[in-house]
Order: sequence, then structure tokens, then C-alpha cells
Amino acid sequence: MITADNLTKKYGSQQVLNIDHLEIPKGQSFGLVGNNGAGKTTFFSLLLDLIQPTSGKILNHDIQVNASEDWKPFTSSFIDESFLIGYLTPEEYFYFIGDLRGRNKADVDALLDEFKDFFHGEILGQKKYLRDLSKGNQKKAGIVASFIGNPEVVILDEPFANLDPTTQIRLKGIIKDLAAHEDITVLVSSHDLIHVTEVCERIVVLNKGEVVKDIATSTETLKELETFFGG
Amino acid sequence: MFRHFFRLQWKSFFRSSSFGKGIALKILMIFFAVYMLAALVLTGAGIYFILKKLNPDQSPIWTLSQYLIYWVLIEMFFRYFLQKLPVMDIKPFLILPIKKSTITHYILGRSGASMYNFFAIFFFLPFGVVLLFKGYPFLNVLLWLVSIFAIVLCVNYVNFIVNKSDKALFVIIGLILLFYGLDYFQIAPIKAFFGPIFHALYAYPVAFLAPLGSAIFVYGLNYKFLRNRLFLDDSLKAKKQEAKSSDLAWTRRFGDIAPFLQLDLKLIWRNKRTKAQVFISLLFVFYGLIFYTQEIYANAMPMFAFLGIFMTGIFLANFGQFIPAWDSAYYSMMMSQNIPLRKYLDSKAGLISVSVVIMFLLTIPYVYFGWEALAINFGSALYNLGVNIPVILYFGSFNKKRIELDKSPFGNMQGTSGTQFLIMLPVLGAPILIFTIFYYIFSVEVGVAVLSIMGIVGFMLKNKLLDHITEQYRNKKYGMIAGFKEKNS
Repeated sequence: MITADNLTKKYGSQQVLNIDHLEIPKGQSFGLVGNNGAGKTTFFSLLLDLIQPTSGKILNHDIQVNASEDWKPFTSSFIDESFLIGYLTPEEYFYFIGDLRGRNKADVDALLDEFKDFFHGEILGQKKYLRDLSKGNQKKAGIVASFIGNPEVVILDEPFANLDPTTQIRLKGIIKDLAAHEDITVLVSSHDLIHVTEVCERIVVLNKGEVVKDIATSTETLKELETFFGG
Repeated sequence: MFRHFFRLQWKSFFRSSSFGKGIALKILMIFFAVYMLAALVLTGAGIYFILKKLNPDQSPIWTLSQYLIYWVLIEMFFRYFLQKLPVMDIKPFLILPIKKSTITHYILGRSGASMYNFFAIFFFLPFGVVLLFKGYPFLNVLLWLVSIFAIVLCVNYVNFIVNKSDKALFVIIGLILLFYGLDYFQIAPIKAFFGPIFHALYAYPVAFLAPLGSAIFVYGLNYKFLRNRLFLDDSLKAKKQEAKSSDLAWTRRFGDIAPFLQLDLKLIWRNKRTKAQVFISLLFVFYGLIFYTQEIYANAMPMFAFLGIFMTGIFLANFGQFIPAWDSAYYSMMMSQNIPLRKYLDSKAGLISVSVVIMFLLTIPYVYFGWEALAINFGSALYNLGVNIPVILYFGSFNKKRIELDKSPFGNMQGTSGTQFLIMLPVLGAPILIFTIFYYIFSVEVGVAVLSIMGIVGFMLKNKLLDHITEQYRNKKYGMIAGFKEKNS
């Protein structure tokens, strides 16, 4: 379970995030949507303790993220390409992450095997460093790396951007499978309303740093979101 | 059209990241630039008198001509590493309504105005002026200068045709070694053979047409070559190395720090700038030769201490001062991953320790210059191991400047800030000062002993110190993450 209380982030006088209270129960698949500058990445960065909140706090499984690092073993994320180590091959990167999460090579190989379709033969055994892969392929590697080590909280910032249609569809399947797991909380942000309504049970809309909508996904949700953003 | 290009060029120069630096760094860089130019101009002007002194019976221009073949070859050699045709910069123009021939001329012309070509101007022009003052005929000197610049341009454009082919490099190195060997062992008089040819450029003014013609010809070749290859999948494609996976299984022996050690080794080996650091560090082993061999320094023990600290600690200083900025590109990942920061630092400390030991072993032959050299180097190595490693790691937590790993290592000041200068004071200055004080009050032995004991004490407190440093990194985390995200700083 993730709880944010009185969470604000200001840069100078500009408020970029202001959340009174937000609770994400364990096992939920949670979608975050909003225009550029709405505060999605800010929220994720706060959750990962990459930036400091101006006030308030976030608890991840009862651990206050900026007070203790004990949330790290069960939390994994892929925010952007800056999460990749450019001079490693994808395999080396996966093994490195595996090492950090206490998984040996065989464990990692077994996991990678499940994602063969998702990789579409473009990631493994390519004799290329991550820095030389295309944006889309870098993203694929980063997303899969975030599944290593059975994390209980998975945070993906804009996972659908830059992916080709086939991969987008496969990724939707993967996220749905993860979300079906009752121990795993998945947090996804996206600009694509269709994708996010398809994979998430709950959608929160941020606008200028504030929660303006909090919807349990239903058949009408897409319409509702389209009216919100269209009008 | 060229007016536009010129303005773009102007902007790209003055808006480049190296100009956006802090004022102190800017002043330092300007100072270095002025110093370099002044040195070139002065050598250029002075070379006449030097040559006259060395070889009083010959005209200096004749003497100089003997060596020009080596100058051409060595210039080729350096340019091979330093200079690259900046083809990537023209990508934005391809989709604009500009003729491809114009683009090609622009990029070739631009390389003609490259800094490397100006080096030669700053050297030969003063020489030419001195010649005129000494009463050499104006026309000959003028056209000789034209010839020289034409040769510079030839070298410039030949370099792009060579375009980083390894074979060409071996040919150049081979020729330099071969010519020098032939000359040195007096098998064939290379200098005497090429001397008159270069001298002819001066003696027969009309001969300037030959280098000029060659320059135009090589330019034409380049133009033809490039004009037909202005495509994204051809000459505009960035070269990609084939990745070689390695699992470095032997690092497993080091237990917990193994993953980081592997990462660091790959970091060093697979990135230009870090790789260059290793080679530079190894080269500095020879630094001692400059001083040990000179009479004046024979008994200057503080100088020995400087050499000891410097030679055993060169990698420590070069690599260590930018920790953790080497990992800046993916620092937010490191901070959100399940990473024990302590292990991360342990791995860096281990790597630097190994470098200190290796550098010490390499400096052992200096014992030839007296046992003091060896003793001081030993004490310095211990001091570097015990004291300087924690110190440099500690100061690393003040690093907030991003380093782009794949940028060229030469003249790359990325990641440099006031911190780096502050670091060097305690790292280099403190041990030399300590040694000097104890040396003057007592003796060399006591100086070495003090350095060694400080090193050993530091080594014994290593765990405590590293714990403290880890805490420091944790406290500075947000500033580092934010700083490392800023590009072009």
C-alpha cells in the first residue's frame, strides 16, 4: 500500500504538486494521466525519493520513503532512459540489476525467457550496447529490467511512448498479468487514454499538480476522460 | 548562404557548453589558450635563431626543411586521433532547401578553418616575419608560407579521406619509425633526401603551385567522396562498435562488491574518456625521468615527495576526482535501485587501491636514482592508499556536474568545477607539506615514516571513514541527482 499525505513540491514560488491524500491499496493497478507539467513524473520521483518533498510524506508499505531505504528491495521502476547504463549490453544490464536484487544469472535468464515475444528478437544477443539501441528498444529493456527480482511495487513512467504497435499490445498484456497478481501494485502513467483505461483498475487525473479526478475504471471512463481533456 | 552558415558557426562556438562554464574556469581556459598561442608564436619567432645556432653554416630555412617531412607525418599522426570531420552537425540542413553541394562545401570549408590549422599559422608566420627582417627575399618567403599552409590543408583533408582507418594509422606510424630508423642508423639519408624538396618550395617561388595544387586536388577528392554520401545511412551514420559481452567472472572472488567492480571495469574500458585516463596515468610513470635525471633535483627531497604522491596517485587523482560523476548519466537509477551505497564506494576504493599498488610497482625501477626515491614512493603509496582515497571519495560528494561518457577525452573539461581544484590541494599539497616539514626538522627516514604511518592509520580506520563518507553521499543525494540531470553544464 502506498499513501501520500499533504504532499507538496514547490520550485521557488511555483507549486508543481499538491496532493492532500492519496491511497493506493496493495495489488491495485493504478493509472496516472495528465498533460505535460501536470506532476506525474514529479509524483513518481517523490515516490522513489529522487527529489525531496516541500512538505508532507509518502509511505510505501508503511515505510516513509525519505526516511528509510527499506522500500528499495520490493520497489522497482523505469522512468526514462537515464535509468539505463549505456555502456552495457542488455544482458549485462539485466544481470547487474539481478545482482542488486539477489537474483543469479539462471534466475534472470528464466525471467528473460518469459519476455522473448516482447523483445521480438531485438534485445538479446544483438552485440550492441544499450546506448546504441533505438529509443523503443531501450525502453523495452528498461521495462523488463524493472520486473527482475519479484518486486511488489512496479512504477512505469510513460511505458507506452516510443513503442511500436505490436509491443504496445504485448506490454498491455504484461501489465494486465502483473496487475492480476494480488501482491503486485503497478503504477503507470501515460498520455494515451485508451491504453491506460485498458490496463488500470483506477485512474487518477492530475492537473497542474492537483488531483482533479479519481475514477474506478468502467466502460464509460474513456469517454469521461476524453470529455475532460477535450473540453 | 554562406553568410547563414557563418552565423550558425559563430553561435555554435559562443554558445557551446565550454563557454557556459563558471567564470573561474573560463579565465583559466582563456589563460591556457593565450599561453599556448604565445608559446607557439615565440617558438616560431625564436626557431630562426635556434637553428642558426645549431647549424651556423646553413641558412635556417634549409635546416628547417630537413625536418619538415617529420612535421608532416607527426601532424598526420596527431590529427588522426584529434580531428574528425563534423558531419553529424549537418543533419538539420539535409531537409532544408539547400543544395547538397553547398552543404558539402560548407563542411569541408569549415574544417579548413579548424583550430589545428591555425596552430601551424601561429608557428610559421612569425618565422616568416623573422626571415623578412633578416633580409630574405619577400616573394620567396611569402610563397613559401603559402606552400606551407597548402601543405597544412593537404594534411587536413587527407586526414578525412583516411577517416580513422586503422591501416592508415599503422602506415603513418610505420613511416615515422622507418624514416627515423633509417636516419638514425645512417642507412639512408631521409632528411637529406626530403630536405631539398621542401627547400625548393622556398628557392623556386613558382613551386608553390605544387602543394597548392595538391591541396585543391585533395579537397576535390573529399568533395566528390562526401557529396555522394550525404545520406543518413552512409557517411552521416554514427559508427557503432560491436559490443563484446564479458562476464568478468573472476571478480566474483571479491564478494559483495563484485557487481560494482564489474560495472566500474566496464565503465573504464568501454568509454573513451575513462580509457584515456588509464593510458594517461600509465604514461605518467615516466614523469619521474624528467626530474630524477637532472642534477638540480638530485637532492631536492620535497620534489621527490611530489613525484611519489603524483606518480602513485595519478589514477587516484584523475579518476577519483570525478567520482561519482562517472555514473552521472544513470545516477537516478542507482539511487532508486536496491543499492547499498557503501558497496558502491567500496568498489571504487578498491579499484583505486589497485591502481596505486600498480603505479608503485611500476615506479620501483627509480631506485636506480637512489634508495630515497624508492622509500619516498613507498611512503607516498601508503599515504595515497590510507589517506587520499577516503579524502577524494569524500570530496566526490560535492560533485554535481554531469559527465557525458562518450564525449572525446581530449580537452574535455566536462564535470570540472571549482571542486576539482579544491580537491587537489589536500590530495597533493598536504602530504608534500607534511613530508617537507619532517624532512627539514629530522630526516628523509622520518618523513617517509610519518607518511607511512598516516597511511596505515588511515587504512585501519578505513571502515569508519567509509561509513562516514557513505552518510555524506546520502545527505547530498538530492543535489547530486538534480545536478547530474542538467546537461551541457
